[in-house]
Amino acid sequence: MTQPFPFSAIVGQEEMKQAMILTAIDPGIGGVLVFGDRGTGKSTAVRALAALLPPIHAVASCPVNSPSLDQCPDWAHLTSTEIVTRPTPVVDLPLGVTEDRVVGALDIEKALTNGEKAFEPGLLARANRGYLYIDEVNLLEDHIVDLLLDVAQSGENVVEREGLSIRHPARFVLVGSGNPEEGELRPQLLDRFGLSVEVTSPKDIDTRIEVIRRRDTYEMDYEGFMEKWRPADAELRDRIVAARGHLKTMASDESVLRDCAELCLALGSDGLRGELTLLKASRALAAFEGADAVTRAHVRQVAPSALRHRLRRDPLDEAGSTTRVGRVVEEVLGEPA
Amino acid sequence: MSLPDGVWTRVEIGLNALAVDPAGLGGLWLRARSGPVRDRVIEALPALPLPLKRLHPSIGDEQLFGGIDLTATLSSGKLVERAGLLAEPAILVLPMAERTQPGLAARLAGAMDQGTGHCLIAMDEGAEPQETLPAALTDRLALHLDLDALPWGQTERIAMDTDALAAARARLPGVRADDKVLEDLTVLAVRLGIDSLRAPMLALKAAKALAALAGNDAVDQDDLTAAVQLVLAPRATQFPEEPAEDDQPPQDPPPPDPEQGDRDQNEGEAQSLDDLPLQDILLEAAKATLPADLLANLAARKAQRAGGGISGAGAKRKGNRRGRPIPSRRGRLDTGARLDVISTLRAAAPWQTIRKRESSFERSLHIRTDDFRIKRFEEKSDRLLIFVVDASGSAAMTRLAEAKGAVELLLAEAYARRDHVALVAFRGEAAELLLPPTRSLVQTKRRLAALPGGGGTPLAAGLKTALELAIQSKGRGMTPTVALLTDGRANIALDGTANRALAAEDAERMAIAIRANGYPAMVIDMGQRPERSLKALADTLGAPYIPLPRADANRLSTAVSAALDA
Repeated sequence: MTQPFPFSAIVGQEEMKQAMILTAIDPGIGGVLVFGDRGTGKSTAVRALAALLPPIHAVASCPVNSPSLDQCPDWAHLTSTEIVTRPTPVVDLPLGVTEDRVVGALDIEKALTNGEKAFEPGLLARANRGYLYIDEVNLLEDHIVDLLLDVAQSGENVVEREGLSIRHPARFVLVGSGNPEEGELRPQLLDRFGLSVEVTSPKDIDTRIEVIRRRDTYEMDYEGFMEKWRPADAELRDRIVAARGHLKTMASDESVLRDCAELCLALGSDGLRGELTLLKASRALAAFEGADAVTRAHVRQVAPSALRHRLRRDPLDEAGSTTRVGRVVEEVLGEPA
Repeated sequence: MSLPDGVWTRVEIGLNALAVDPAGLGGLWLRARSGPVRDRVIEALPALPLPLKRLHPSIGDEQLFGGIDLTATLSSGKLVERAGLLAEPAILVLPMAERTQPGLAARLAGAMDQGTGHCLIAMDEGAEPQETLPAALTDRLALHLDLDALPWGQTERIAMDTDALAAARARLPGVRADDKVLEDLTVLAVRLGIDSLRAPMLALKAAKALAALAGNDAVDQDDLTAAVQLVLAPRATQFPEEPAEDDQPPQDPPPPDPEQGDRDQNEGEAQSLDDLPLQDILLEAAKATLPADLLANLAARKAQRAGGGISGAGAKRKGNRRGRPIPSRRGRLDTGARLDVISTLRAAAPWQTIRKRESSFERSLHIRTDDFRIKRFEEKSDRLLIFVVDASGSAAMTRLAEAKGAVELLLAEAYARRDHVALVAFRGEAAELLLPPTRSLVQTKRRLAALPGGGGTPLAAGLKTALELAIQSKGRGMTPTVALLTDGRANIALDGTANRALAAEDAERMAIAIRANGYPAMVIDMGQRPERSLKALADTLGAPYIPLPRADANRLSTAVSAALDA
């Protein structure tokens, strides 16, 4: 099994990489939405992310990756109660997936052949404590979106159908990617993503050549390439783990909270999720950089990702939301020092 | 191995390259109707080094990824698993690829991204430029071949030398390309307006495959030229232009980028072609293969990208997932389907005695695959609002501006209303589809830049374009409504002549056709005084007539919403 393209070897796309690292540090930020053109490394980055995440401890045969035996759902038929270390799950949610596959359903085969009433867990069960990745998220069927919204909100998947009554934890980080030319995302779903980044093809020839050169080396000389980038990936993983520990002691004083609130107010974003995400993301960034406290510079750096998708849509405003956020950040926080 | 002009030679070289590196190149997008020309290509496919497997556009997950073999499981009484088509590397042949749903496209793209060695042959039989393979797949397939216009006489049997191919495959891992090659391909891709970075990567692989085929260990200029023609040229989105800062005419000896020119001096083979740097030679090669109607195709391709139906937002009228339930019926229990347990039991009930007698093992209930009843639901499809806007005469600019405003306002609330919007403008002698059906605000803003106004009123042409669009979108599961915005009388006939009587007649004929097809419509008269002929046209259309002088975007969108909900 070949490993995905190493995360550290991705050229450019700094904002996207930063957003992914931040969610890896603090899953509470609530996921990343990557919008951009084709062939800009969206899927590559998400698949590479899995290799960066620290492994989790889980009961070996538990369908929802429970960390300990007493947390396993009672409907699961545990065949092994051993606690094992496994990579953080990154589950792909394909478009056109059926409701049954997402939430799980009665295992019809078992029901018909053995007459057993068994529950076949769906993708949400597998994604518990991990990541749920949706490529082309803007093309997802509306009823699946509704379902995801509900589960993402409550952190629990409730199945009431075909005589089954089952619930299991489903806490996952949503990672979505898509091409905005193909359709908009409903504001409710947009709001569920903590950070949102826009990626474009690099415009600079040298960067483009570097992308192709690395990709070519990856395919031609797989071993050597992985060998070369393994230390960088390992270092990044260590930094993420260190930052996770650092997160709890990170101080964020009153002035930073005020900055966050003022920014969101000036942008007129709905609800309070904007402020919370902004604060969490700034804190994660400060932890990643090894700073002692969150500063205005951290807030400034994450503000575009955290707020871009929370603006009220104004059909008659020609400027993109990135420009609008940038403008407001400068108005509220002043010019960068 | 330089390419002569013939399309067929390119087909042959492309297929040979594909046979050398099927997984690396991703596959082939073959746009051709079924017929002898396409059969010739298909005949060559068995020379590819992997087993051929056939897919179909509505293939289920179980067939793709494997699952439980229900028939075998039921008859044997124990669990029998079945491997999916994607389980091992294969040449996946996808006929009727233009009907591929985004869901399947995403899964195939995912399978290809994982590098499991699949190669996809997408046979696109689309008749209209808009009917085509989802972009998620075209981007990943190296070879794009369009054989629609190719006569049988220009084709011949494709030579695939199995031994040579095997030798080339063995040589492939050792083929190297220097940095200059990477650079040339990347720069060229940019100059052809190709944004995706997959294109130069695939071109590089094609060049390597061709080098291996020619028995070389390094990519030379001929390989590169062929790769550019095969991979980059079909993806071009603009005619290559000289860099803007370069004032000299293109054929001038000094190359556009002096630094690169210097490096090209070392290029041995470039000598024969004067002092042209390699990039320019490649550019010429690409230009030679650019179709003459590039721009027209481009518009179509862009329209397709915006096409709501193809992008998957359009819903089918009958499904098996949601909506109002309708009677269940017999069917296969694959991914999309949900079992109607009660009906299944009812279907199995009469047979129980017989089956018990025949069965070799004890079981209280005997179910066969034949008994399965699948739940079906009916749902309302998405609505498509086609604005047909009169861009003729002096008031055109304001009218268009208001129509655009209304389109954007309607779209802003479209996510709640499930509406798609399209915009057709008519002026001068013809009508033009300004905005293909979309729900995307981004797309809308980008496409609704200023349109010149003035000229005659080819009302019939406008209605005709709207009707064609309506028929097309209905095929994609949308419910179209036509909204006509005008203030005048038709004065240009369908054939482009300025003849009031004929124009009115044509317009009426189109109106009758729209009504006959059962598409609801509305006529919004934006003139100062109500126009009697428009009232008559509205009656022909069976549509409400709404006089709305000096309408602004807000009033317009309110009026349209009201008429729609009425």
